[in-house]
This record gives sequence, C-alpha cells and structure tokens, in this order.
Amino acid sequence: MRQFLLFITIIAVGLLFIARLFYLQIYNSSGHDLYEDNAIRKVYDYPKRGFVYDRNGELLVANQPSYDVMVIPREVEPLDTLEFCELLKIDKSQFIKKYEKARHYSPRLPSVFVSHLSKEDYAVLQEKMRKFQGFYIQKRSLRDYETTIGANVLGDIGEVNNGDIRRDPYYKMGDLKGKQGIEASYEKTLRGVKGIKFIQKDRFNKNIGPYKGGKFDTIPEQGKDITITIDAQLQAYGELLMQNKRGGVIAIEPATGEILSMVAAPTYDPNLLVGRDRSKNFTKLYNDSIAKPLFNRSLQGVYEPGSPFKLMNALIALQEGVVTPEETVTCYAGYKYGNRFMKCHCHRGTRNDMIGGIQRSCNAYFATTYRKILDKNGNASEGIDNWSKHAQSFGLGNFLNNDLFVGQKGRIPDRAYYKTIYPNTFYSTYTISNAIGQGEVATTPIQLANMAAAIANRGYYFTPHIIKNIEGETLPEQFTQPKYTTIDRDNFEPVIEGMLQVYKKGTAASLQIKDIDICGKTGTVENFVKIDSVKTQLTDHSIFLAFAPKNNPKIAIAVFVENGYWGSRFAGRIASLMIEKHIKGHTTRKDMEDWLLRHTLENEYAKPFSGESFGINGYTTLQIVEEQEYYRLKKELNRINKAES
Amino acid sequence: MVRNTNRHFKFDWITIILFFLLVGFGWLNILSASHIGVTVDYFDFSQPFGKQLVFIFLTFGLVILLLAVDAKFYERFSSIIYIISMLSLVGLFIFGKNVNGATSWYGIGGMTIQPSEFAKTATALAVAKYVSDLNTNINTLKDQIQTFIIIIIPAILVLLQNDTGSTIVYGAFFFVLYREGLPKYYLTIGISILLLSILSLKFGALVATITALIFVIAFHFLSKIKLRVFQSVFILVAAIAVSFGVKFFYQSILQPHQQDRISLWLRLEKDPKKLEQMKRTFAYNLNESEKAISSGGFTGRGFMEGTRTTGKFVPEQHTDYIFSTVGEEWGFVGSALVVILFVLLLLRILHLAELQKSQFSRVYGYGVASIIFIHFFINIGMVMGLIPTIGIPLPMFSYGGSGLWAFTILIFIFVKLDSNRINEW
Repeated sequence: MRQFLLFITIIAVGLLFIARLFYLQIYNSSGHDLYEDNAIRKVYDYPKRGFVYDRNGELLVANQPSYDVMVIPREVEPLDTLEFCELLKIDKSQFIKKYEKARHYSPRLPSVFVSHLSKEDYAVLQEKMRKFQGFYIQKRSLRDYETTIGANVLGDIGEVNNGDIRRDPYYKMGDLKGKQGIEASYEKTLRGVKGIKFIQKDRFNKNIGPYKGGKFDTIPEQGKDITITIDAQLQAYGELLMQNKRGGVIAIEPATGEILSMVAAPTYDPNLLVGRDRSKNFTKLYNDSIAKPLFNRSLQGVYEPGSPFKLMNALIALQEGVVTPEETVTCYAGYKYGNRFMKCHCHRGTRNDMIGGIQRSCNAYFATTYRKILDKNGNASEGIDNWSKHAQSFGLGNFLNNDLFVGQKGRIPDRAYYKTIYPNTFYSTYTISNAIGQGEVATTPIQLANMAAAIANRGYYFTPHIIKNIEGETLPEQFTQPKYTTIDRDNFEPVIEGMLQVYKKGTAASLQIKDIDICGKTGTVENFVKIDSVKTQLTDHSIFLAFAPKNNPKIAIAVFVENGYWGSRFAGRIASLMIEKHIKGHTTRKDMEDWLLRHTLENEYAKPFSGESFGINGYTTLQIVEEQEYYRLKKELNRINKAES
Repeated sequence: MVRNTNRHFKFDWITIILFFLLVGFGWLNILSASHIGVTVDYFDFSQPFGKQLVFIFLTFGLVILLLAVDAKFYERFSSIIYIISMLSLVGLFIFGKNVNGATSWYGIGGMTIQPSEFAKTATALAVAKYVSDLNTNINTLKDQIQTFIIIIIPAILVLLQNDTGSTIVYGAFFFVLYREGLPKYYLTIGISILLLSILSLKFGALVATITALIFVIAFHFLSKIKLRVFQSVFILVAAIAVSFGVKFFYQSILQPHQQDRISLWLRLEKDPKKLEQMKRTFAYNLNESEKAISSGGFTGRGFMEGTRTTGKFVPEQHTDYIFSTVGEEWGFVGSALVVILFVLLLLRILHLAELQKSQFSRVYGYGVASIIFIHFFINIGMVMGLIPTIGIPLPMFSYGGSGLWAFTILIFIFVKLDSNRINEW
C-alpha cells in the first residue's frame, strides 16, 4: 500500500489543478473584452457636439472649452503651494483635502483636482503649469448657451450615471450625455460617435505602444448640427409673458406640425446647468417641489381642458349627425338632469344654436349635445366608445409619438374606463361633466394645441415635432405625413365660425387684434388639491385655445395658466399677443402686454401652503408685481422688441 | 552477467520526450513573458528568452554527459557529491551574492549559479545511498535520525540564506521515507498537525482544541486499536499544545510578510479596505496572475497575444509566475495540457522507480518524483491562489540556468540508473 501514497497524491493534485483552471478560466473567466481589460488603455477622442439653431437660423447652443486641473499624485513634486493655491483660487486646507482625496482614489491614475476653470484663470495658469510637476490641464467641451431662454426645450447635458452605462455600454465613466430636452431626444445625432485608441500599457501604467498596431482603433464621427422648429423670439416673448405665472404654452404651425414655441413656467436659465455650479444648481431646481421648475408643464402638465373641449363635442355631434348647426337649445341658466343641476353663465331663456353655444360657451347646449352623442343608438356604453374614438383621432388621450423627451398620455375615457365605477348600468348623464371638458377628460397643453391645429387644418394634423432639419438627413415620415381625424372637413366650418364669434362678440371679445381673424375658445376650469387630506378648491385655471388667421392658419396655440381664473383673463391675453407677434412680427395691444407684465399669481400659488383659509375666484384680488420687477420685465420686453426689428 | 549490447535504446524515451516537451513549451512562454516591444529577435542574448535558449542548448551536452557516465558512479560517489554540495552551500555565507533578499547565488563573471538547486539532487543521492545500505533499517529510531540529519542540513542551510521556498522542498523526502517503511504514525502526526494548525488559525485555538478532543475521545472508544488512557491524554495535551502553539508560531516566529501570505490564504482578514490594500501590495502578484489566467478563457488569447503578459503586469512572470503566461495565452486547453504533462512525467518516473531492482535506484527515483512533485504542487498551486505564496520555480518551465540544469541532472541520473536496471540482479 505504501507505494500508492505519492501516486494517489499526484493524481489528486492534477485533478485539483484542472478543477481550479476550469473555475478560473471557464466558469469565472474574465473573458476577452478589450474594454474590460485593464492592461489596455482606452483613449477616447471626443467629437464636437452638434450645434442647435432656431427656425430662423439663430444659434442657440454651441460648445465652450472647459479646463480641468488634473493631478497624478505619484508624480507630484514639492511645489510652491501658496502660489498654486492663489492661481486656482483655493486655500491651503482645500488643497490638502483635494490632494488627499486624489491620492486615496489612486496614486497612479489621474483625478480631477479643480474642475471648470474660467478662461481667464486658465490663461494665467497655463503659463506657470510647468512649475507644478504631476499636475496638468485637461480640456473638455461643455455646452455654451447663446440664450437665456428655452431651458425646457433645449435641455442640458450631464455626466452619465451607472444606469446609463448599464443600458448603453457606449458610455463610459465621465462621459457627457443629454439629460433633458432636445439634448436628450437627439442625443445620438448631436453627440456623434467618439473615436477610440487601444494602447498596450505595462504594470507601471506606462504606454508601450498601440495594441495590435492600432487594428481596433476608430476615428471619431462628428456630431451633427440641428435646426429646431422653435422661433427663438416668440419663445422669448412667451416666456416673458408667463413670468410670475405657472402653466404651459404651446404654439404649433398647423401646416407642418412644427412647434413654434413651447413655454413652461416657471422656467430657469439654461446656463445654470453648465460648468462648476451645475450640480449645486440642479439640486436647487430639483428640490423646488412647489414651483417645480424642472417639470415641463407644456408637455407633462395634465389638466382638465374645460370649455375648449366643447369644440370637440360639437365636432363629434355634427359628424354623428345628432345635431345640425341651426338646431337650438334653450338655456335656463343651466342644465337640469335628474335632480341635479349644471350652472351656466347664459341668461335664463337664451336660445343657442351651435355658433351661439360656442360663442357664449353654453353649458346647457353642450350637455344636451353630449347626451345626444352618447344616446344616439339608445346605448350610452356604445355611445361613449364611439365618442372616445373620435376624440382620440385628434391625438388626445395618448402619447403623440413625437420627438420630445417627456410627455403624458392625458385621458379620454371610454366604457372600459368606467367599468369599475359603473359595472352595470351606464347612462349618458353619469359622465355629463365630459360635455364641458371636465370630469374624467384630461389633456396636456401640447395635445390641446394639436387639437387646435387639427381644427385649423379642417380635419388633419401633423404630429407636433421640434426638429426642423438635421444636417444631411431627411425628417422621418411620422412628421411629414398628415394624420386624418374621423371628422369630415365640412363639419369644421360651423365650429370655426363659432370660434370666430368668440372673438367677435363672445367670451374673448375684449382680446381682439386688428386685422387678424382669430378663432378661439376660452376655458375656465375648476380644480382641487388636497390640503391636509381635505379636498380644497382653488382658483380656476385660465385656459385658452386659438388659431389664426381663420383662412390659411399660421399658428395654433394652447395656453394654460394655473389659477388664472377665467379663460380670457390670463390665457386669452397671452394667446392673442403671441398670435399677433407671430403673424405681424410686432404687437399693437400694448395695454394687454403691460397688464400681463404687471400682474403676478404668486399669491395664488402661496395659498395652499399658507396654512390659513383663503378665498378663491371672485374672492381674490389680483396681485401687482413690485416696481423693480416690473422694470426688469419691461427692459426684457424692449430687448425682445429690439431684436425683432 | 549479461551485458546489454544495445544500451542506448534502453533509455526511457517517454521520460525524455516529456522532459523536452516541457522544456520547449516552457521556453515559448518565457519568450512571451520577457520579450519587449513588437519585433522579436530570438537570439537577443541579453534577454531572458535568449539566455534560456543557450541554457537549453547546453542541456543537450549535459544530458549526453550524464548518460555517458557509468551508472555505478552515481551510487559510489553520492557521499562525495553530497559533501561537495553542502560545502558549496556553506560557501555562500562567505562568497554569496544577495539577490532579492536571498543569499543564494555565486557570481562568476556575468553568470550566477544557485547551488541550492543542485543540493536537492545531491541530497536525493545521499538519502538513496543511506537508505539502501544493507545496515540501514528505517524503522529504527537511530536510522530515522541519521536520515533526518542528511535532509535537515541542506534545509537549514537554505533557510539561513532566506530561501524558505527551497527549505520546504526538502519535505518531499517524507514521501521517499514513507515508501521505504517509515512508520505510519509519522503520516498521521504530520497530517494532524497541519489540520490543527489551519483550524486554529482560521477558527481559533478553542475550536481546534474541541475538535481534537472529540476526535481523541471517539478514537479512544471506537477504534480497534486500544490506547491506554494516559496515551490518549498525552495525545490530547499535544494537540492542545499545537493548537495554542501555532498562534505563537504565527505571530512571533514567522516574518510579517509570511504572516500576510497566510492571512490572505486563509482569508483571515475581513476588513474590505485592508483586503484592497493587500491586493495593491504583497498580493499584487497573485491578484494579477489570477486575473491573467482567468482572462485566458478556454482557448487562450494566443501566443504572444496576452495583454497582461505583454504589459508585464505580473512581476517575475518569466520565473516563478510563468504558469500565468500559459494561462493567459494558451487558456484552459494549454494549462490543462501542462498539468497533464507534469502528471504523466511524475507517474512515469514513479512507475519506473517501482520497477527498479536496486533499492538505491528505487529510492533515488522516488526522490526525483517527490522533488518535482513538490515544486509542481507549490508553484502552480501558488500561481492559482490555492496555497500561500511560496517562491519556488516551476521545473523545466521557469527561467534560470541553475534550475534547468539541476532538474536535468536530477532526472537524467535517474534515466541512466533506469537504463542500467537490466544489469542489476
């Protein structure tokens, strides 16, 4: 037996080794991935990020160099710290802290020592850099906004996070990526493709030479410049008018679906999210949970559309043949259904045909019409599905499938939606609020603007989009093919006539603009919040929908002003001014302009947080902005006007 | 007496072929691990691969010389060879050259010679000679002690030169003596001490003691071999002494770097920060070599294509860590092949040893297999992180003339002895 001890031991060790090899090389192999191989240095060559121009060729976003001071702790030699600190504008304790941090990370690898030097500091520092062994300056490219507007449109770029890297291995630690707005939605177009060089290094981290003679190296592909559909001047004007208010404005060119302006208020200066203070500023914006400046209200704000939705009900009723334009409904200052009553502003006994109903925004007229639509076949379940289908053909109740980074579906209910609340019986009166655009109907400003565009076009729309031109590319078909609604062209005329009368003598008569036939519709929407779990009503939202001119429309617009009370008060003014600005290039209604700059709704927005009881609607007083603020806005207005001429 | 007329063809060609296969494959890996830059000048004799080529070339002469000498020479002169070898080790204390903290080299001109490599062969001869002597009975304590002295002298000498790895190699002779009749309890005691030490270091002396207690009691009552109570108690006391003694040995006798290696091997350090620190310092080699092997995958990255090998990420890769090159560039297929070649060579030598008619040849053959096996086990085990870091070369593979020649002599003396077995009776 003795002779077998070594014999068996040898075989056992041989098997043990093969098992270990199996574990290391097959089961747990780190594989051949060049990117994972830390014996290969990957040197990236970043291409120029594409510029962004507005529809008139005005440069909005360019690039700026940024200079980071980098340090490789092991290579640092004794230096004049006092002079160095002065050049970098830091003090000695900061110097020691930063140095220790870098050394802790790795003595061999470069760390950022001071990021985003100003050009001036860089110029001074560069000349003296040779005195500081172990430090060097790394050039990077940041965004340079040529404007202070359009933060919600343009978006920003920021360093990728671990999630981004996991989702798309193209990105490496420290890369910049579009985070919001067009920077995010056109990220791949703008960024180009970075080049890469694989370099074999040794264990001292020194380069030996190109890996396999540079066989796998690639050259960078430049980012493409893009032109967006936004009119920078109109955008700036819209943002100015929306100052001290909250809400969203979307203006669309009906003939193309191009978004002329997209205002979300409150907004911020895009320059805040560039450079040294980016993370500080972002945190500040992000943490403002009351004003929510990062929340793009024009795309993400879901509101009940209110009276503008009556236009939809009118169109559906005509299409379904349940009313004729001439048929009248008598309004008893409201509409009685069962033992309930829906109030209306009409005088008791007013007889409204369709045009009158739109012009006076008669609730009784549309309640009647809505019931006729649903009860057409004597089956409200079938009726509401049909009604829902028509409304959805205008792009309501679903994502528009556009090129904007964020969005909301809104809501156009159908029978299935009500199944849980009304499992068995279902009558048209159950959902009568939908008649006047309240209740379960909800839309975003961009959906409503698109509806206006579809009405302006008499039956079709182009998916609203923000891209006008990409260097050397044609636009995708989804933006150039018209989408047809389920409403026939002829049925639009009475509704449009009604919208025109809204301006001529109806709810927006005070907003008339000389020489322009504007078709519009006001909306005044009740809204509620929960304050300490008590449902509390706030001042109504001011909503307006319009397009102009009546024939050959150039602009369709939707304006939402939160808690602005009635439709023509804030939203209507803004819509009229922006229409005039776009069509004429200048404004004549200086009185309206001035009124908008003068008034703020900040006191309304503070109410739910005040902890005290408060009045709404009729029981409120309008707040005037402080003189200083007024002059600032006035100056801004002059600047815009000057740029226009 | 029948003279073998055709003796040249009686050499064991399997051993010879396996030997040269390993040497040749070893050289390819030394080339990969030590060449610098993109173009390779195979005859650049300033580089390790060039030098090794010369060493290999000279090996052929050495082989012919070793095989030409009469087989009886090795047995007759083994004592003298041993004495000369020991003197060469002693001489190091006066003339030795210090490389990497070990005083193991003689510098002659531009060359260095490491006598401890040759001392293993000399000791194997001396042990074979002593054990095969008709007057020797390995079962007697006197002869055990005498044999032990033959082995311990070179072991202590190399230990004094700070070459711990080579000292451990002398443990290989345990296999030889066991084969020749060393009582079984040596094996039991040896394994027990090893297990107790590991148990004590990993889980504490108390756990080790309790384990020992359970075993001793179980053995006492269940085993067929009935021990007296005082014997069992004695064993238990010894076990407790080992359990607690090993801590003392670990903390007070071992040098800090040795403690670190054992600590890493037994995963004694739990603090992730310190582990990270270890990976950057003394465990750097091990970490990089494991990564290199792991990146090889199934088929490897190809000859001279390993990025870690090219980038010299594994220090000492052409010497002790040569197996990591095999792992990276030849993958699982190549590495397993090397392991199999070694196993085949070892089994072949063992098989031949068992066939020997002369006890001297058999003991020597066992010595050869044991010595190569210990190198193989410790070196590859270390490179793959299975055992603590111990610096000894991989036979036939690692760069170095002394090592290559020492193993050539070790093996070819046996090949010669084996070829002569037909003449024994």
